[in-house]
Amino acid sequence: MNFSLTLFNVVVAVIIIVAFVAMNAAYLVWAERRGAGRIQRRPGPNINGPFGLFQPPLDGLKLMAKQLLVPGGADKVLFAAAPVLAMFPAITSFVTIPFSDTLVAHNINVGLLCVFAFAALGSMSILFAGWSSHNKYAMMAAVRAISQSVAYEIPMLITVITVVMISGSLDLREIVRQQSGNIFHWNIFPLLGNSHNLLMPFSFLIFFICSLAETNRAPFDLSEEESVLVAGYHIEYGSMGFGLFFMGEYANIVVGTSLATLLFLGGWACPFGLFPGVWWFLIKVYALIATIIWIRWTFPRSTIYSLLNLSWKILIPLSLVNLLLTAGLLKVF
Amino acid sequence: MTPSVFSADGLVGIIFLLMLAATLVGGIVAVTAKRLVRAVAGLIVCFVGVASMYFFLNAPFVSMMQILIYVGAIAVMIAFAIMLADPENKLQQRKGNVVNSPVGFCCAALITVGLVALAFRAKWIAFAKINDGSVDEVGTQLLTSHAMAFELVSLVLLIAIIGALIIAKEGRR
Repeated sequence: MNFSLTLFNVVVAVIIIVAFVAMNAAYLVWAERRGAGRIQRRPGPNINGPFGLFQPPLDGLKLMAKQLLVPGGADKVLFAAAPVLAMFPAITSFVTIPFSDTLVAHNINVGLLCVFAFAALGSMSILFAGWSSHNKYAMMAAVRAISQSVAYEIPMLITVITVVMISGSLDLREIVRQQSGNIFHWNIFPLLGNSHNLLMPFSFLIFFICSLAETNRAPFDLSEEESVLVAGYHIEYGSMGFGLFFMGEYANIVVGTSLATLLFLGGWACPFGLFPGVWWFLIKVYALIATIIWIRWTFPRSTIYSLLNLSWKILIPLSLVNLLLTAGLLKVF
Repeated sequence: MTPSVFSADGLVGIIFLLMLAATLVGGIVAVTAKRLVRAVAGLIVCFVGVASMYFFLNAPFVSMMQILIYVGAIAVMIAFAIMLADPENKLQQRKGNVVNSPVGFCCAALITVGLVALAFRAKWIAFAKINDGSVDEVGTQLLTSHAMAFELVSLVLLIAIIGALIIAKEGRR
C-alpha cells in the first residue's frame, strides 16, 4: 500500500473514532437525563428539538462560551492536562476495539491488553484533577477514586483472565470469532458446546460489577458524592473542562460495555445465528448502557467502606476461586 | 540512508524521536520536580515512552504490560502514598542536592562516559525479527530459555511480599 493511502486510512480512522466517541458521550448524557426523567416521573430535557435532541450540542455551546477559570494555588499544568486525559483513554481504546469482523481501526494481537493498559490512564486524570485543584473536597474525591480503581482493577483483570484462558487469545477479533453462531455459542451461556465455560455467567457478573465501579457509576460513584464532597474531583472545573470530564465518564462507559459485549455476549454475532454484523454489536452495547442508566436511577449510592469491602473481601476471593475452578474445568473437559 | 520525512518510514522515525524525547523529558521531570505529584506525572510520561520503545522493538505484549503494570499499578500506588502522606505538599527540600555533591557528580559522569564509550565502540547490527512478540511466544520463551530469570523474579516478588507483611505487622503494634 502506498504512503498517501496509508496516511488517508489513518486519518479517516482517527476521525471516525473521535466522532463516534464524542457523539456517544454527548448523546448518552441526553439518554441519561431522559431515562432519569422517565424513572422519576418527570419530563427530562424535552424543549430543544424533537424529544430534546438538540440539548447536547446546545449544552456544548454554552459550556464553550463560558470563561476558563484556574483557581489560585492550582498547579496550572496538571490542571489543564487532567480533562484532556479524561477523554484520551476512551478514544485510544477504540483503536483496537473491533465493531465487526472487518470494521476495526487497527487490530493488534494483544488488543484486550491494550484496552486495559489505556484504561489505566483514566484514573490518573482523576488523580491529577483532584490534586491540582488545591481543594480539599477535590482531593478527597481523588483519593476515593484511586482507592476504588485499585480495588476493582484486581478482580476485573482476574475475571478477564478466565475468558482469555478459555479462548486462548488476547486478540479481540479471535475471541469473538470463537463465539460465532447462535446465542448458545456465546461465552455467557454455558449450556451447549463448551462445558468448560460453566462459570462464565458468574464471570460476567463480576466483570459487570467491576466495570460499574471502574467507570465511577452509581451505585459506586463515591468520588462524586454531592452530599459529602460538594461535587467531586471536578469541583473547581467550569466550562468545557467540566464538560470533558462529564463526556469522559460516558465515553468510558461505552468502552466498558463494548468490552463486555466482545468478551461475553458474542460481539457482532446474532442471537439466532443470522446476519452477523456491526448492528448486533451496537444493539448489545446500547442494551448494556441502558441497563447501566437504569441501575443508576434505581439503586441508592453505596458508602465508601462497603464499596471497598465488597471488592477486597468478596469480589477478589470469589474471582480467584472462579479462576481456579475454570482452570480445573479446562483440564477436566 | 535516512528515509524522506514524507514517507511511512519517515513518519515512524519522527514518532520514534518524539517518544524518545518524551522518555527523556519525563525522566528529567521525575527527578527534578519540586512537587511530588508532578514527579509522578513525569514518571508516567517516562513509562509511556519506554512502552513505546518496546512497541518499536516488535514486542507489543511487553509494551502493553509496561503501561498496565507501571502506569496502572505502580504509578497509581506511588501517587496514592503521596496523597495519603503529604496532602498539603509541604515537604522540605534537602539543601544539598545529590547531583551537586562532588561524589555524586563524579559517579554520574563516570557512568555517562562509560555508556557513551560503550555505545560508540559497539558494533550495531540490525536484528532479524525473531517472532511476532505474541503471548504464546513470550510465554514459551519465559518458561524455557529464560526459566531461571523467571524463577528469580518470582523469588524477589516473594521476598517483597514477606517484607511488606513484616512492615505492616510492625505498624500494628
